[in-house]
Amino acid sequence: MELTVKGQAVYAHTGGRPFDPARPVIVLIHGAGMDHTVWSLQSRYLAHHGRSVLAVDLPGHGRSAGTPLPSIEELADWIVALLDAAGVAKAALAGHSMGALVALETAARHGDRVESLALLGVAETMPVHPDLLAAAALNDPSAIELVIGWGHGPRGHVGGAAAPGLSLVPGGRRLMQRARPGVLGVDLGACNAYVRGGEAAAAVSCPALFLLGGVDRMTPAKSGKALAAKVRGSEVILLSGIGHMVMTEAPNAATDAFAARFSAF
Amino acid sequence: MADAKFLKFDTLSLHAGQRPDPATGARAVPIYQSTSYVFDDTDHAASLFNLERPGHIYSRISNPTVAVLEERLAALDGGVGAVCTSSGQAALTLAIMTLMDAGGHIVASSSIYGGSRNLLAYTLPRFGITTTFVNPRDLDGFRAAIRPETRLLFGEVLGNPGLEVLDIPSLSAIAHEAGLPLMVDATFVTPYLCKPLSFGADLVMHSCTKWLAGHGVAIGGVVIDGGTFDWEASGKFPTLTEPYAGYHGIDFAEEYGPAAFIMRARAEGLRDFGACMSPMNAFQILQGVETLPLRMKGHIHNTRKVLGFLESEAYAENGSVAWVTHPELPDHPDHRLRAQLLPHGAGSIISFGIKGGRAAGRRFIEKLALFSHLANVGDAKSLVIHPASTTHAQLDAEALAAAGVGEDMIRLSIGLEDCDDLIDDLRQALRAATKA
Repeated sequence: MELTVKGQAVYAHTGGRPFDPARPVIVLIHGAGMDHTVWSLQSRYLAHHGRSVLAVDLPGHGRSAGTPLPSIEELADWIVALLDAAGVAKAALAGHSMGALVALETAARHGDRVESLALLGVAETMPVHPDLLAAAALNDPSAIELVIGWGHGPRGHVGGAAAPGLSLVPGGRRLMQRARPGVLGVDLGACNAYVRGGEAAAAVSCPALFLLGGVDRMTPAKSGKALAAKVRGSEVILLSGIGHMVMTEAPNAATDAFAARFSAF
Repeated sequence: MADAKFLKFDTLSLHAGQRPDPATGARAVPIYQSTSYVFDDTDHAASLFNLERPGHIYSRISNPTVAVLEERLAALDGGVGAVCTSSGQAALTLAIMTLMDAGGHIVASSSIYGGSRNLLAYTLPRFGITTTFVNPRDLDGFRAAIRPETRLLFGEVLGNPGLEVLDIPSLSAIAHEAGLPLMVDATFVTPYLCKPLSFGADLVMHSCTKWLAGHGVAIGGVVIDGGTFDWEASGKFPTLTEPYAGYHGIDFAEEYGPAAFIMRARAEGLRDFGACMSPMNAFQILQGVETLPLRMKGHIHNTRKVLGFLESEAYAENGSVAWVTHPELPDHPDHRLRAQLLPHGAGSIISFGIKGGRAAGRRFIEKLALFSHLANVGDAKSLVIHPASTTHAQLDAEALAAAGVGEDMIRLSIGLEDCDDLIDDLRQALRAATKA
């Protein structure tokens, strides 16, 4: 569906069902350089199990207009503007990587608007190697190779995709190659600059699920667990053998975790 | 920062798409000889049917053994996904049916497999889909043949029977300027020798029956989606960019992004046209793919040795060979393009002319002992055919010339026997055929 947020056209995929703000809403927030299609194996399920889904393309990403926002804090405020535009008082937020930081910060800054959290592939800080930052800033294709190469766990590189016939690594690469020039650089810069993770975690007052890949090399599970320990009453699910791309490497585990917490029948 | 590490081609040939069977620990890919799969519960069933969850429902649409082969071939070619089919012909048909409706038009190389030509020239027009054929070296001809209703450009990496090298980068640019995808049949080269997606093609197809399998025991095909074509920007592909009533209103581009084409090909094409690959065939083809790098090295080694022999015969004062064609030969018109697109070898098909024309060709075939006379290519065993006395026997000399097939043309598919044995066999058959 098309929305107007802060005067700009925004696209959010609704999982194959019309968006109804009267139903419990979940917002799915993608990671750096990606778009709503990373959630294609979860968004349809949630939409057909009682949730209204907004798998959003962040500003400058996918089908949304504008330019990418340069900080996690601005993105968190933007999520609230998105909820306003959609007529939603309170929503569950699920985010991956950069999107997880955005969800976390939104819950900390705007606790009254967030029902619950699901954070995938997340850590208190996400320092980005200067070489990767530089490559992304220059739109050097090697930046995507670094993200995709390090982002998938060893099993992800071998494959064995749950979706018949799909190949995870080339699929991730093509998704990132579709991003507009400059987008990945801004996104990675926002991740690198974010230092409020611990503070934000302490301020979260809603239920929070951490879905962590056991062999995540970008946000190691150890760091994810440390962040989870700072959120009161949080729950951690550790997925053995899974890398950073949790929802594509382990789509059924992610959907099962969502189903147990977000289905709204 | 350390470079990202990706599994190399030889490793992917053995492992891509497979994890040891979780139920039994089996290291080999099990043959899931099952039509259907038990649902966990009614909600699981509904979720699978509605594409809310990935998984298997019925082996016409997907099968665990076939899925390993699909993912492996997608990984080897660098595509986002693949669908295996009952034959290479089925793969071509599936791709076309996914892209266009009646009224659609294709611009295709005139130098393609006869079966593909039959489909495009004679069969599809009955369903309202027409094709304009263009010499594969005539790039302006491709551009000129594009019409408003054109939906696909198509060619083979190596032409058949002329062994022309398709200028994939240039054709890709022509296709994309017109908002069209380029599909390339890479059967003759396999991803070991050429990955068309890396040169700008959008879709790749193979007859898996040939070099990918290598053993000559299973028929199969595959279509691979590069995930590169922007169907929405083109605006010419409503099957991929508009809600599909046949599948709960899914807009495939919106839902699956780069995997739109391959998801529609499976969800509609396999479901409705039903040309699926059997799990046994997938298993057999997988055995071949595991040794693809080793076999292709052997094919190329032997091909170069045989080329050397045939060239020596062609240059000899009283030699039995009139001419030899292979893209690796310096006098081949596409030799430079070959170096760019096929740096590790230009396949193991050789065409040559035997002195003495049609009659000598027939005698040559009959005198060969190791080469098998049959209508296939890409087997581990060496194969031979004399088109003028077999596949094209009904054509007179003029019609043969129009088809690019001389009366003297012999086509060899060089296998993996000891190349000295192959050369000995060719030598004795040539002498016997041309002496008479």
